[in-house]
Amino acid sequence: MKKVFTRPECLKRTPFHYCPGCGHSIIHRLVAELIDEMGLRGKAICVPPAGCAVLAYNYFDIDVCESAHGRGCAIATGFKRALPDRFVFTYQGDGDMAAIGTAETIHAANRGEVITSIFVNNAVYGMTGGQMAPTTMLGQKTTTSPFGRRSKVEGFPLRITNLIAQLDGAAYVTRTSVATPAKVMATKKAIKKAFEIQLQGLGYTLVEILSPCPTNWKMTPVESFKYLEERMEKEYPLGVFKDITKD
Amino acid sequence: MDKPEKTMMKGTDAIGEAAIQAGCRCYFGYPITPQNEIPEYMSRRMDEVGGVFLQGESEIASINMVLGAAAAGVRAMTSSSSPGISLKQEGLSFLASLELPAVIVNINRGGPGLGNIAPSQGDYYQATRGGGHGDYRMPVYAPASVQELYDITMKSFDIADLYRTPVMILGDGMMGQIVEPIVMHARPEVDLPPKDYILDGAEGRPSRIVKSLILDVRLMEEHNWKLKRKYDLMRNELPMHEEFMTEDAKMVVVAYGTAARIAKGAVNRVRSNGLKVGLIRPITLWPFPDEAIAGITKRAKVILVFEMSTGQMIDDVRLATQGKVECEFYGRPGGVVAAPQEIARIIERHWLQKEL
Repeated sequence: MKKVFTRPECLKRTPFHYCPGCGHSIIHRLVAELIDEMGLRGKAICVPPAGCAVLAYNYFDIDVCESAHGRGCAIATGFKRALPDRFVFTYQGDGDMAAIGTAETIHAANRGEVITSIFVNNAVYGMTGGQMAPTTMLGQKTTTSPFGRRSKVEGFPLRITNLIAQLDGAAYVTRTSVATPAKVMATKKAIKKAFEIQLQGLGYTLVEILSPCPTNWKMTPVESFKYLEERMEKEYPLGVFKDITKD
Repeated sequence: MDKPEKTMMKGTDAIGEAAIQAGCRCYFGYPITPQNEIPEYMSRRMDEVGGVFLQGESEIASINMVLGAAAAGVRAMTSSSSPGISLKQEGLSFLASLELPAVIVNINRGGPGLGNIAPSQGDYYQATRGGGHGDYRMPVYAPASVQELYDITMKSFDIADLYRTPVMILGDGMMGQIVEPIVMHARPEVDLPPKDYILDGAEGRPSRIVKSLILDVRLMEEHNWKLKRKYDLMRNELPMHEEFMTEDAKMVVVAYGTAARIAKGAVNRVRSNGLKVGLIRPITLWPFPDEAIAGITKRAKVILVFEMSTGQMIDDVRLATQGKVECEFYGRPGGVVAAPQEIARIIERHWLQKEL
């Protein structure tokens, strides 16, 4: 009998702690599948964030190093500079990547560190209970923007991926979504491309993935996927913002 | 370097060269005066030895780059000065909990705040009391000559690997800037445990995790006790100090680093006037040389603590002496460097007042 669907080898047999409908589980699986398919387990080092994905080491059966909040790209830089032939990626949320870790992210990208960042944007601080993130959209209610985000008070949502695309050290910068099965497959392709570009040593690669947070959005999973596609993808247009293998 | 011969070297360069000789192959740092000569030296030397020099975008980034390199199994260091060391405290707490080896140099300058760029010892508490969050300790060395900077920097990498801990070298602007003759030497052979914790890709072995998040409070408690047992071991094995003319001393000055050199000059001066005064110089500030300091109480009647601060190490001296001997204090904080004559006058005043 031919096996057509199975758990990726580098995904441990541990149930995800993520909420029902959360995008992290999907994205973890995509990353794990690619590590298997590309034969990267023996050279992979993952730096997860402080955030919902802090427990990534419970799921990925690869070497994993914890990071303080926002410091992922600096730690990954340390790994990659020390071991240039290894495959190093960060897995970060929006608060980690675009608020407290903005400096680490932008400078790692600008130096052209040969690492990949998987950036999961759900427009809220998930783990701490749904506070406003740098990526929270105007009008979006969170526990610290109870009246909806107002540009004059809380400022504007930060599209850090577009910023990073301007940097000379960035090799591949893209934004995808997990709103539909087709978009999930497109996300997998984008991550694969980022991983390949890292393996070619061409520079910094970033895949921003728009992902639902039904718990903190106060929605059912079905509603949250609809909101993701109809609202979030408008605020954060999908697309490839930089690809030095094509430009 | 087969034949030991003396060369003139600046303190900062001695730190850099000793690190290179100790096998440090990753340096990450951010410019701040008065320690810029360390990254400048390392930027040249790392290129020569095929190591990594990278100027981080901040002290925070630099200490986290050190963390990554250390977790990858490479000897790594960073250096900074007081305000920059404040920024590194988060990383130090993580290094301590993750049990990763690293060497951190603090060329202490005048503070608090932006302060100034003159030699100071105001960071004693920060260095010896953790500085970062959580219940951790870290070996802190306070060299007092360029030769000692060289020797201790070299040793620090072994201590860091042996105990899997960050190690701090606490210098000051004076230690960094002076030029003295030193004998350079290769690293002595040291038995070190295998680095079986490093993350370098799980090729042919189970995957590994480097983490400090321990949500189960009982396990976190056990992690704390495990660290404590390690710190107890360090307390037994690491204390270092130097004694100078203490055998017959009725009064002993306790000072470290640059202050100890000034104090030594003062002790020589008052000795020539017949005053039986000695000096104890702690070389490790944590663990503090408690036994050596306690030993003074059997001989001397008065201890004079001299620090380039308003008085921080004096707490440790008092703890070590348990009130068995009078402790006096003299301090010059804020970057002021006292002359030996000044300290000699203070010693003489106490000598007369106490009718020694």
